[in-house]
Amino acid sequence: MRYALLIWDEEKRQNEMSEDETQAQMAGYMGFGEEMGSRGVLQGGERLHPTPATTTVRVRDGEVLTSDGPFAETKEQMAGFYLVECKDLDEAIEVASKIPGAAYGSIEVRPIWEM
Amino acid sequence: MTTPDPSVEAAVARAFREEWGRVVATLIRTTGDWDLAEECAQDAFARALERWPLDGVPANPGAWLTTTARNRAIDGLRRAQTGAAKAREAVMLSDGAPAPIDDSGVGDDRLRLIFTCCHPALSVEAQVALTLRTLAGLTTSEIARAFLVPEATMAQRLVRAKRKIHDAGIPYRVPPAHLLPERTSAVLAVLYLLFNEGYVASSGDELVRGDLASEAIRLARTLTELMPDEPEATALLALMLLHDARRAGRVDADGELVPLEAQDRSTWDPAMIAEGQELVDRALRRQRPGPYQVQAAIMACHAMSPTADDTNWHEIALLYGELVRMTGSPVVELNRAVAVAMADGPEAGLELVDALADRLDDYRYLHATRADLLRRLGRGPDAAIAYERALELTATDAERRYLERRLVEVAGT
Repeated sequence: MRYALLIWDEEKRQNEMSEDETQAQMAGYMGFGEEMGSRGVLQGGERLHPTPATTTVRVRDGEVLTSDGPFAETKEQMAGFYLVECKDLDEAIEVASKIPGAAYGSIEVRPIWEM
Repeated sequence: MTTPDPSVEAAVARAFREEWGRVVATLIRTTGDWDLAEECAQDAFARALERWPLDGVPANPGAWLTTTARNRAIDGLRRAQTGAAKAREAVMLSDGAPAPIDDSGVGDDRLRLIFTCCHPALSVEAQVALTLRTLAGLTTSEIARAFLVPEATMAQRLVRAKRKIHDAGIPYRVPPAHLLPERTSAVLAVLYLLFNEGYVASSGDELVRGDLASEAIRLARTLTELMPDEPEATALLALMLLHDARRAGRVDADGELVPLEAQDRSTWDPAMIAEGQELVDRALRRQRPGPYQVQAAIMACHAMSPTADDTNWHEIALLYGELVRMTGSPVVELNRAVAVAMADGPEAGLELVDALADRLDDYRYLHATRADLLRRLGRGPDAAIAYERALELTATDAERRYLERRLVEVAGT
């Protein structure tokens, strides 16, 4: 089964990290990518720019409405995602628990709706 | 129509209790479809009511029921005519002719079912409801009544849980060794919660909902058979039996709550206590201590004492100390305080209770315990305040009446 692993973290915490902490976090993500890539689990994934760069779009009565920022204010923001192919939820949970962000933020495990 | 034969009906009822979970568990594995599995299991029992009076009760009712249910499932899949159903049908047919049941294989299916029902990705409410429905065979309406929710709510809860198992890819299996300790404790927690719901209803006027407690004991017994090397499972069964042995003595003829020290010990069930004690010993011999073993050892201590005064409270206080170390739970510390009060006097107990006041201010038993200790120290007005606070937090009628009686007592001092 395929799962999206959505990484939620506080942008505030990210902004306050020291140079060393940022480096360590990067190394953590590189290591995760290598491990899961060689295991054949990883199908894709990206880091997202923080919410100040976000635009929300809605179409109402045929009119395109754009607004600044994410659609909902939350304490944690989505910072990135991975797309993984796993045997079942137990494997997806195990993979999610190895994402560095799991140690300070939260990982949401969402099964992909296969068409 | 055949005339109902009471002995055959009893045989079907017994088969239902003993075989329902087995039949459903096997069908879920072979069909991959929880609803179809339940439906076919139900059909098989209905068929048994028709056939057994004519053909006699089969030598192996479980095998008869599984085969009948399996044939229904194959029919159902054949009618469904979808690609997935065809694939399933092919798998089931290739399993071979209705084979005699392989005991260990079927046992594994029930274990798979328990672990899937109690998967931590499901809410605890869903875990409890699924376990009762699929493993114990309670109807949706029975489960709804047991948990005081409308039947439609319970039906919805079950539908959502089964959908999540399917959509999220929760595996139907016994977890691998590295996940087993964590998952086993989730299973034990669900069974114990079920037992406690039956034993102490947290609301409503029925103090003992014995059916749920009996179901929990039956499920714990099954788990113990399936995991004989797991001392915590053995200990949980022991703990339930040792509690349940006192069921008759916990409530008096008027439905009023009777505290442990005032219970008539001749009402306790000696056979259940003996079995419980033997199970505690068996668990402890494995030398892998755990919280259920300590709790069961505490209950065994109570059950062995001929009177409340003869209870070895020092031993019980030590065991609670061990349990606090394992769990870090303030509720357990409160129990330790009660034991210390019995061993060393109410003053010593009160000191421990007061130290917990901040952490357990919303917990009714903290205030009830405090009130009781203050009453025993002759501090009537302080006790009255504590009884009133406990009453504010209590929802069970029998508990309310007990606290009110005590409040009247201390109000006169």
